Amino acid sequence: MIKSILIFNNHGKPRLIRFYQYFAEDMQQQIIREIFHLVSKRDDNVCNFLEGGSLIGGSDYKLIYRHYATLYFVFCVDSSESELGILDLIQVFVETLDKCFENVCELDLIFHMDKVHYILQEVVMGGMVLETNMNDIVAQVELQNRMEKSEGGLSAAPARAVSAVKNMNLPEMPRNINIGDINIKVPSLSPF
Amino acid sequence: MSDVVEKTLTALPGLLSLDSQPGSNKLSSSSKLGNLIRGITELTSKHEEEKLIQRELTSIKEQVSSPNTSMRQMKELMVRAIYCEMLGYEASFSYIHAIKLAQQGTALEKRVGYLAVSLFLNESHELLLLLVNTVLKDLQSTNLIEVCMALTVVGQMFPKDMIPAILPLVEEKLNHPKEIIRRKAVLALYKFYLIAPNQVQHIHNKFRKALCDKDPGVMTASLHIYLQLIEENPEGYKDLTTSFVTILKQVVGGKLPMDFNYHSVPAPWLQIQLLRILCLLGKNDQSTSEIMYEVLDESLRRAEINHNITYAILFECVKCIYTIHPKSELLEKAAKCIGNFVLSSKINLKYLGLKALTYVVQQDPKLALQHQMTIIECLDHPDLIIKRETLELLFRITNAQNVTVIVDKMLEFLRINKDDYTTIDLVGKVAELAEKYAPDNEWFIETMSTVFSVGGDTMQPDIPNSFLKLLSEGFDSVEEDRKLRLFAVDSYVSLLQGEPGKLPQRFLQVISWVLGEYSCLRADLEVDTVLRLLAKLLDMKTTSSETKSWVLMAMTKLCEGGAGVSVARGVYETYSSSLDTVLRQRAQELQHLSQDPELRARVLPRHTGLEPLEVDSSLSFLDGFVSEALAAGAAPYKPPHQRQEELAQAKALSLEPYGLSLPLSMSSCSITDRQSPTLLSISSGLSGNSNDLSHKGGLRLDGVKRVWGREGYLAQREPAEESAHVEVPSTLRSPSQQGVADGSHSQTPTHTPTPEPELEKQQLASSLFVGLGSHSSVCLMGKSEPTPQRFRRKARSPASSSGASENVSHSLVSPPITVDTLMCNNLLDSHITSEPDVSPLEQTPPLSLGLAAANGSCDEELPDSDVKGSSPSLIGDDALVAADPAPHEEPPKDLLLSSYLPAELSGLSHSEITPLSSDQSLDLSACHVHKEGDLVLVVFIYNSSDSDIQQILLELDSEELEVSCECDGAVGGARGHSVAVCQYSLSVKRPSVHVELVGTVSYQFPVGTPQSGQFSYKLPLSSFIRPLTLSTEEYGTMWLDFSHDTKQNLTLISDDPEPLAASLSVLKKKLQLHVVEIIGMEGIVACRLLQDQPCLMHCRLHAGTLAVWLRSPVPDLPDCLMYFCQRALQEH
Repeated sequence: MIKSILIFNNHGKPRLIRFYQYFAEDMQQQIIREIFHLVSKRDDNVCNFLEGGSLIGGSDYKLIYRHYATLYFVFCVDSSESELGILDLIQVFVETLDKCFENVCELDLIFHMDKVHYILQEVVMGGMVLETNMNDIVAQVELQNRMEKSEGGLSAAPARAVSAVKNMNLPEMPRNINIGDINIKVPSLSPF
Repeated sequence: MSDVVEKTLTALPGLLSLDSQPGSNKLSSSSKLGNLIRGITELTSKHEEEKLIQRELTSIKEQVSSPNTSMRQMKELMVRAIYCEMLGYEASFSYIHAIKLAQQGTALEKRVGYLAVSLFLNESHELLLLLVNTVLKDLQSTNLIEVCMALTVVGQMFPKDMIPAILPLVEEKLNHPKEIIRRKAVLALYKFYLIAPNQVQHIHNKFRKALCDKDPGVMTASLHIYLQLIEENPEGYKDLTTSFVTILKQVVGGKLPMDFNYHSVPAPWLQIQLLRILCLLGKNDQSTSEIMYEVLDESLRRAEINHNITYAILFECVKCIYTIHPKSELLEKAAKCIGNFVLSSKINLKYLGLKALTYVVQQDPKLALQHQMTIIECLDHPDLIIKRETLELLFRITNAQNVTVIVDKMLEFLRINKDDYTTIDLVGKVAELAEKYAPDNEWFIETMSTVFSVGGDTMQPDIPNSFLKLLSEGFDSVEEDRKLRLFAVDSYVSLLQGEPGKLPQRFLQVISWVLGEYSCLRADLEVDTVLRLLAKLLDMKTTSSETKSWVLMAMTKLCEGGAGVSVARGVYETYSSSLDTVLRQRAQELQHLSQDPELRARVLPRHTGLEPLEVDSSLSFLDGFVSEALAAGAAPYKPPHQRQEELAQAKALSLEPYGLSLPLSMSSCSITDRQSPTLLSISSGLSGNSNDLSHKGGLRLDGVKRVWGREGYLAQREPAEESAHVEVPSTLRSPSQQGVADGSHSQTPTHTPTPEPELEKQQLASSLFVGLGSHSSVCLMGKSEPTPQRFRRKARSPASSSGASENVSHSLVSPPITVDTLMCNNLLDSHITSEPDVSPLEQTPPLSLGLAAANGSCDEELPDSDVKGSSPSLIGDDALVAADPAPHEEPPKDLLLSSYLPAELSGLSHSEITPLSSDQSLDLSACHVHKEGDLVLVVFIYNSSDSDIQQILLELDSEELEVSCECDGAVGGARGHSVAVCQYSLSVKRPSVHVELVGTVSYQFPVGTPQSGQFSYKLPLSSFIRPLTLSTEEYGTMWLDFSHDTKQNLTLISDDPEPLAASLSVLKKKLQLHVVEIIGMEGIVACRLLQDQPCLMHCRLHAGTLAVWLRSPVPDLPDCLMYFCQRALQEH
């Protein structure tokens, strides 16, 4: 079972957190900090697996993560999940995000945190892998989006909003959001 | 209708607000969040961020509670609240609004509401009850999306008590036409099963229906449930094995639609899941395993595409193959596969390869040997995780010979490791290894010192505890004990003279205890000095008050004489006014006892450490309770460290191959004796329950039944239990001694042409993997030696002095004629073997030349019979083949072998001498001799060639028998045309009608390659039966005690006037039974199975047959005996 899914950037700022097992709020923050601490120290040429730290349940737990440009995607799983399987699930998830947001970047995740959650809900439900087929996930998300369009007819097309946000001139923006390579680069498909 | 109105109404304010704001609503909402985010990123300090978010939260709070806020705005506010919560700021005021949003919003707003609820709340949150109705309503909605949302939130969390309310609706969804709904319903039910298994018990057949769903997606979802169910109760689902196999076969065969392919691998996640299920089903179950062999084979074959995900499948496959009942063919392929992982340049695969190796290494140590160089490389890998995993692997192959090197590596890692969790774990392992395999006192004390200083105060408290216990209880030899303690005292005194401030508290506690207890052993050490050192500890700021009380206790033990009193007074003055009551108490004690030597002698008697005080720290008064609980099925107590260990195993390994390991016996799980460290100083003198430590120390190898021989797992598996343990001076020992263990050795092969670093690695390899081949039998020896061997050297010291320990007993020890597998596999030989200038070899028998040359200083090693080399069966297969079918002379028929029977056996009855094996130069024959209390197997080795054979090595092994060698030491060799004889004493481990011995003989001519051959010897169980003389009363009491029995009617010898007496006398004659008494129509007979296992027989004439009832404490014995009785009577 997947215990939690965390996305944070290179500076440890959380971009999405989802726990499938209950932890108190402050515990959650502690876990995020610890995991960031563990993960950020690691080079890119080391393995993508970590044994669970002391906070998130000890030796039965594993952290499986991928690092894309500015973001870390971390899945915390127990022993019933396959390491490599989860590693590819992260890839599927990221590719799906890329498809839904058209060239996804960290900003998409910030401004559309809710959407990312909806996409994630179609991949993992209550800690269990629900769907691994990217096309099916996208189809399901689009079904919901269509509903959004038909309902919010008066509002401007979301796509326009997205591009507006993306093109926002953000001179004062983030020392810590690197606009330079803000795109999450989806690596070629043998990402070892 | 009303719905529409409602929708319009709720939409209205949104429209209005839209009008009031220029620009797009969407954009404005984004920019509100955007403003927040931008604001946050501009900040430089955490403090400012806090202020900003608080401001934001206040404004959100205001807006959500305002009645004018539309649902649409609410939605936007909710996203902001989620954002704040994500950053770790509580927004509990918004929870209720999230629920409201889910209740009242349109589908789109509902979605946000549900999301917020599932992020904010947990299963036991009371507000969740308010959601139940909404979920109910949505489950019944006609809008698919609403149903989906409801199911999603249910799968995420739902109040346990309310499950019955929605269960029927969720069940109903299993029949929904839409596949996605069915799938989510299955997962929701799984969630219910997890949180409240009882509530979904009635729908197990619906799970089965889901498994058979026409949509593979739904089927996949149902596998989550089955994985869980089968894990909990594998027996209950064996019938599904065929279904799972069929599904997997279809998936692997590409029968699924293309949509399910991922990088052209068909449904990989589904395959992984199925393999895991099969793994659970096939464990310890041969017939079930057989069903899956084919599909596993196919999975291995099909997974060719070189993509990450295929490796995921392969990994599961390999794990499955090694978990289920073994099949040699598959195991071979799996081993090859592991090789691919280990040798892969991709770091993730390497990691998994190491994991897999760790998983299989105890079943198949050969595999680790094959990859030893890779393992060495991984030890130096920059990635700590890989290193850590490698150490885990090494931990499992540690034995008495490589322990120093492995522990060294572990300590090295500990010094650079920063992660507390890993440190705690590894420190425990080092301590365990040190206790178990320590080669000598110095090493042990030094290693433990490092453990204490590195492990610091985070380590498991039972490590220092058991260390102190070990010191105080001592072991075999008093002298050794004294040396150990003395050494500890010396090394601790010098530590304290250094910089004690840097030592962790736990270590200081250990030190002060040891000094308090044993510093008197060192006569030239002034009590003064010790007291001063201890007093220094008291003065340090960093010393905790717990440590201080340990120190005070130690001082109390030491302070005698004038100097003592003055120190005591000083300390007393300081601490009698301490705020800490414990310290005050200790200071008082110190003061009083130092002034009253008599009282002190009574309170703290010296040198009587092992006399039990009247403290029942073993809690033996609870024994009754515990045994009751155990009898009622409670799990035996495990110390925390072992528990953690087992957890760790569960994640990757089951070290328990097939065949149940013996259940823990009562004695081994008796109550353990844990004391808190502060108590230890008082209770150290207790006669602790020694089971506890030994049990803990007994690495999980004990009791693990060995299924594979070291040849691997082949059909000709060699039952390794109690296998003849041959002590062969291993060539590998030498590099380890020279290069690593003992750097000062003069003959270090520096002159080899190999480049330095490469050589270092090879030396490391040989020292790490030394003795590995025989490792498994080493562990198994644990069975025959009493397991509670916490200290290797306990047994070692007598062993090395007397030259032949029990380990060597039945092997024909000889100088190294065996080629070690290690050497075969090792890269080492290719580099070093042909080293010419090794002079001291002239004395060694020429036949060992090849090996001697390999290590350069063989003569050093030869006398060292304590080395456990790998046993001869490790000789490569080629050697076996070579020896096999060569033409040979007939065995020497004319030679009267029986004349070679040892004198003491010649008068006894023996079986026919049967030839065992023969080749061009050696003929083996054997017979067994019946002694009264023993059965002796005599093997005759006839050298039919002209030349002398100096070294013959014979190894016998049996599943049913225990074999021990009677001739002490080496049957050196056989001259040309002469006979060598060796004897073995046999006793039955497991009764079976016929018992079989398997043996290997290996030898080498002065010139020529090593030869070996195999043979087997079969003998009936009846040879082990001896009469048992006892009285009728004794018979009566014994009869009731025995639990295994069997009854059968046998044919009677009817042509005799006294059929009963006649039948019994036949049995007596043929089977050596003892007729206790014949009373009328009944007779009682007794016998014993060597050495001392009684079997009682009760016979009665009944309708023209002999009704026989056999009873024995040994399982299977009655059945076997019945067989012999039947045959004896029939043959008559």
